[in-house]
Amino acid sequence: MSKYHFDYLDNLESEAIHIFREVAGQFERPALLFSGGKDSITLVHLALKAFRPGKFPFPLVHIDTGHNFPEALAFRDHLAEKIGEKLIVRNVEDTIKAKGLTEQKGKFASRNALQTFTLLDTIEEFKFDACIGGARRDEEKARAKERIFSVRDEFGQWDPKLQRPELWNTYNGKIHKGENVRVFPISNWTELDVWNYIRRNNIELPSIYYAHEREVLEYENQLVATSEFIRVDPGDSIVRKTVRYRTVGDMTCTAAVESNASTIEDIISEIIATKTSERGETRIDDRVSEAAMEDRKKNGYF
Amino acid sequence: MDILKLITAGSVDDGKSTLIGRLLYDSKSILIDQLEAIEKQSKNKEQGEIDLALLTDGLRAEREQGITIDVAYKYFSTPKRKFIIADAPGHIQYTRNMVTGASNSDLVIILIDARHGVIEQTRRHSIIASLLQLPHIVVAINKMDLVEFKEDVYNNIVIEYSKVAAQLGLKDVTYIPISALNGDNIVDKSDKMPWYQGESLLSFLEQVEVEKDINYTDARFPVQYVIRPQTEELHDYRGYAGKLISGVFAKGDKIIVQPSGLTSKIKSIEIGGEEIDEAYAPQSVVLQLEDDIDVSRGDVIVPVDNLPHVEQEVDVLVCWMANKPFAAGNRYFLQINSRVVKTVVKEIDYRLDVNSLEKDYSIKSAALNDVVKAKIKTASPIVFDEYDKLRVNGGAILIDETSLVTVGACMIQTLNP
Ligand SMILES: Nc1nc2c(ncn2[C@@H]2O[C@H](COP(=O)(O)OP(=O)(O)O)[C@@H](O)[C@H]2O)c(=O)[nH]1
Repeated sequence: MSKYHFDYLDNLESEAIHIFREVAGQFERPALLFSGGKDSITLVHLALKAFRPGKFPFPLVHIDTGHNFPEALAFRDHLAEKIGEKLIVRNVEDTIKAKGLTEQKGKFASRNALQTFTLLDTIEEFKFDACIGGARRDEEKARAKERIFSVRDEFGQWDPKLQRPELWNTYNGKIHKGENVRVFPISNWTELDVWNYIRRNNIELPSIYYAHEREVLEYENQLVATSEFIRVDPGDSIVRKTVRYRTVGDMTCTAAVESNASTIEDIISEIIATKTSERGETRIDDRVSEAAMEDRKKNGYF
Repeated sequence: MDILKLITAGSVDDGKSTLIGRLLYDSKSILIDQLEAIEKQSKNKEQGEIDLALLTDGLRAEREQGITIDVAYKYFSTPKRKFIIADAPGHIQYTRNMVTGASNSDLVIILIDARHGVIEQTRRHSIIASLLQLPHIVVAINKMDLVEFKEDVYNNIVIEYSKVAAQLGLKDVTYIPISALNGDNIVDKSDKMPWYQGESLLSFLEQVEVEKDINYTDARFPVQYVIRPQTEELHDYRGYAGKLISGVFAKGDKIIVQPSGLTSKIKSIEIGGEEIDEAYAPQSVVLQLEDDIDVSRGDVIVPVDNLPHVEQEVDVLVCWMANKPFAAGNRYFLQINSRVVKTVVKEIDYRLDVNSLEKDYSIKSAALNDVVKAKIKTASPIVFDEYDKLRVNGGAILIDETSLVTVGACMIQTLNP
């Protein structure tokens, strides 16, 4: 072994930093889409490594559905303040009112689809030409073919047939007016890589990632936190359980897993032992159809 | 634990998807819900067993057409390594996809159907692997179950392929007889082929050394971005952010900035604002220089005693990836690492037949999936090493001036005399 050993996390980190700097070098008005989840928190950490002692050449942008976990929102504000970077928040609620959008109905009425409207309006408002996001290719089949620099048209649409070939580590970020690029610096990371990186770098996370007691509704083998955003019907089974979250999205469509894992080591052992992939276990919205993700992506969803 | 990036190549139905599915399945990288989803689809197709190939078939458009049309990436890990597989389709017209996948890979698995032996596409994939200088090649002879696991079938294919390897000058070639469908010689050694002395595919992939493929001699640091905090305490700070794509840099090293030719010394090397003494490839770092000289994105910082080429006229091998033709007189943007310059095609020398290696000097333009040798001239100098010598600083892309799409992959060859 040479004295310059670089392990897999070092490699993934360096690749991500390189991508961040390509965005900074190639675009006029980039943004980092920050959801409050562990993947976007990891992105913030990577951006610190890419740009300190300078400031980020982009703001953090959060599209708030109004259905977020309060813990995640509190953490978002805390993090932005701690690192002293600019945070822009835009609310789906405002878009719904302004545009008279129709909300989904039903037990777990989700604003996931409506989020796209607010995102596209925000891109328009600030004329963002590149939006950095925390999607990973291992999350889902449609994402496996996603580029690191993914060009979207004015409607935010993604055309799988028009994707640019990505050669070596050379990223072509040239776009026409009105187009923008979605950039995914942690494309090549798996869920476990993210957790291992969080552990190695002692990255702070919102408390809901760790085991805690919570009132949940048991529904088709999934545990959904009770909140004002979901409908409880007569006969529903509501219980208190010790749970944690593997992903943090909306309260209406993110399910918890039963777990006593209260440290990052516990979480990593659980993930290694686990038999269900992240999206299948905790994203209610993906279950609708095999092609659900692909359809949303074509419509400008991240 | 490190990373191995690999690509699989084979023609349609050689068993590529099945092989990848098998690797994921046997390394326990497929999780229950994903399995449920493919079980459901397998039934839709009225097949009895689960169809491992479905794991890698990504987008709906492709599912409808029943073919893979692009590069998809798959991930799995063993305790020894993290693997990133680029799944490039074997369809005849998709040379560009294999070139794309191969440009980011350390190793290629070339699949051969044991019943058919070396075919035109095997040659094509091998030629592409050699053009892109993939350091390691595995020839996986698949469907051994259909030839009764016979040793002489395997031996004949090895002999046949060795000729291709010799012609192309391929160095590190390993042959493994497998059955992707049944898992023979994939994770464990198969008891059906006791005559085979080598390792299983997975244990070979776990052990093949990739660290020694990294060049620690020729330091090359393309500047991506200049960090200027402009705060009170860091008033004069100018940090050059980039990735050391090859070689090693230490504090105090004498450097020269190309193409400007300005010289200085490394004052500090930092990661995330913290100083380190030495940086090595492929680390992303920030360099500060002793002197206040003009350095910007697209410049390359190199040692004074180890220089890359700085030229405006070069010979390139181009893999053409667009429907519009590539011809003399055409103008493009050329991007090499973080440097973008305008370029014009001076002349096309020949088209390389990727099935036979024959050179056709009569052609005037290149079409989609053609590989041609051309002379190009850039509007300002580019900083490069020959692709054969230093892959990370010898590959460039061509970008269409109006559509802005990436239309070609260039491997920079020798200098124009
Ligand atoms: N008998 C046998 N059939 C195989 C083997 N590997 C793949 N196949 C079959 O060959 C066909 C094509 O395989 P597929 O993986 O879809 O090929 P691809 O087009 O290269 O991705 C499928 O029907 C597979 O079941 C093998 O080792 N033995």
